[in-house]
Amino acid sequence: MSQASYPEDLLYHPEHDWARIDASDPEHATLGVTWYAQDALGEVVFFDPPAVGTTLSKNESYAEVESVKAVSDVIAPLSGEIIEINESLADNPAMINEDPYGEGWMVKVRLSDPSEREALLDAAAYRATLAG
Amino acid sequence: MLAAIGVGSLQEIFDRQIPKGVRLGRELDLPAGLPEQDVFEHLRALAAQNTSTEEEVSFLGAGMYDHYVPALIDMLMERSEFLTPYTPYQPEISQGGLQVMFEYQTAITELTGLEVANASTYEGPSAVAAAGYLAKLDNGKHKLVASAGLHPHSIETLRTLAHGYGMEVVEVPLRDGVTDPDEWARAIDSDTSAAIFAQPNFYGAVEDAQELSRIAKEQAGSDGSASDRAPVVVAQVDPITLGILRPPGECGVDVAVGEGQALGNRLDFGGPSFGLFAAREGYLRRMPGRIAGETVDVDGRRGFVLTLQTREQHIRREKATSNICTAQALNALAGVVYLTWLGRTGLVELGELLLARTHYARERLSALDGVEKLHEQPVVREFALRLDADVAAVRRRCALAGVNPGVDLQAITGRPEDRGGLLVAITERRSRKDIDRLAEVLGAAVAAEREAALTA
Repeated sequence: MSQASYPEDLLYHPEHDWARIDASDPEHATLGVTWYAQDALGEVVFFDPPAVGTTLSKNESYAEVESVKAVSDVIAPLSGEIIEINESLADNPAMINEDPYGEGWMVKVRLSDPSEREALLDAAAYRATLAG
Repeated sequence: MLAAIGVGSLQEIFDRQIPKGVRLGRELDLPAGLPEQDVFEHLRALAAQNTSTEEEVSFLGAGMYDHYVPALIDMLMERSEFLTPYTPYQPEISQGGLQVMFEYQTAITELTGLEVANASTYEGPSAVAAAGYLAKLDNGKHKLVASAGLHPHSIETLRTLAHGYGMEVVEVPLRDGVTDPDEWARAIDSDTSAAIFAQPNFYGAVEDAQELSRIAKEQAGSDGSASDRAPVVVAQVDPITLGILRPPGECGVDVAVGEGQALGNRLDFGGPSFGLFAAREGYLRRMPGRIAGETVDVDGRRGFVLTLQTREQHIRREKATSNICTAQALNALAGVVYLTWLGRTGLVELGELLLARTHYARERLSALDGVEKLHEQPVVREFALRLDADVAAVRRRCALAGVNPGVDLQAITGRPEDRGGLLVAITERRSRKDIDRLAEVLGAAVAAEREAALTA
């Protein structure tokens, strides 16, 4: 994805991670990294997700994403338990660059405290953090 | 120069720049300088006190061996293209060196029967410790189960690493010269990160590698959680024996490490040498060290680069696969040249020769009065004896006869049960005549010491 993009329907964490709360079920969310993150990393060559069942804690790293030149922590914007991981990233990690909000999703979680979403930023607020 | 920077003297720079609290405050306690000729004489006198394997018939082993190093190796190593460069971060001007690394890695994977290898580590024992760390990165568990058959230096290095990472090293004793399978099974549990043994072991015995691997994988059990992983099975191998012993990769071993000195490197006061490190492909990103990779350039021509650098500490820092990221490129060059010089059939022939001579030596020596085998296990190139006499005294007597009979076992392991132990190593440089001489000299030395003990 060559143009910077920050969809309105997502919530953002200042460490460049996004969460999409399931429209039909506020206790489920999909997580990934933002356009800014993939752009700063460069071509992603490896992503090794934690196993299904792993507990995530808000603001803490739950995985690493590796590019040709750097390794970066992936921060959990919300706390919960992993119920699904994006297996296709094992063979095609560059999808994180190509479609960070779509096919490049990383994990799906069952939230332990849905109210944590209040602390996250909307697209405009997140974009503002990048401008500085 | 002092005038240019506006300083009166060298001392003034020190006074102005270095805080008083860290200053020594006195002159260094060094003797006055001597004329070059006197220095030469002094050093020559010191050197004359050394003995090398050129001056005595040596059966020393315990990890480093007096194999023949062909002139071809020196000739290649001394080429400035190999001798002088540093790490090949600029692949475009390092193709020769990188290709050698790639060939070396390929040779190691073939020897060990494992899928990936790095461009070498410093030496054997630190490679063993690095394998322990790989296991920790892989499964996050805390216990390192180590056979007492591992080289004592490997166990010591493992303990140093374990201490830093809050891991525990559990040593499994030997029974009849090999790792006790019951104790091995008992020691390995669901918190075992790695199970590590040597092949052949420190006492020269051939272990049942297949069985030890099987037990390790089975014994760990499962606590049922999704994150549970079996322990990493690690074997420290002697590369010279890989021509005739079953490769570790075919014995259920996940990571094979070892001391590479025997391949084309001289003893040289114990170093430098190189360590080998090979693993199953799944551990590729957890492996320490440099890795050379084959690729193509913009014009589609084959080229080589350092690859997977994002594992290394200059990028990953404290999350790197090792705090040491290097390769012993020059020594590994000697290693791969040596393997090429021997070739596949040569390595097998060498192994068979060592097997035959080792067997001959063990039989001849254990037939002497006051000398018996420490264990009855099959051996390949090294074996342990028990002397009915003080080993240090026996060795001194042998030295006077121009023979070094081997390593004083207890002096190196510190184990009470190794008292009287002598570790004897065979290389292709030790002829049958040399072995007969050893038997003669050792027999006489043991007899003399037993006599002396009686009359003491």
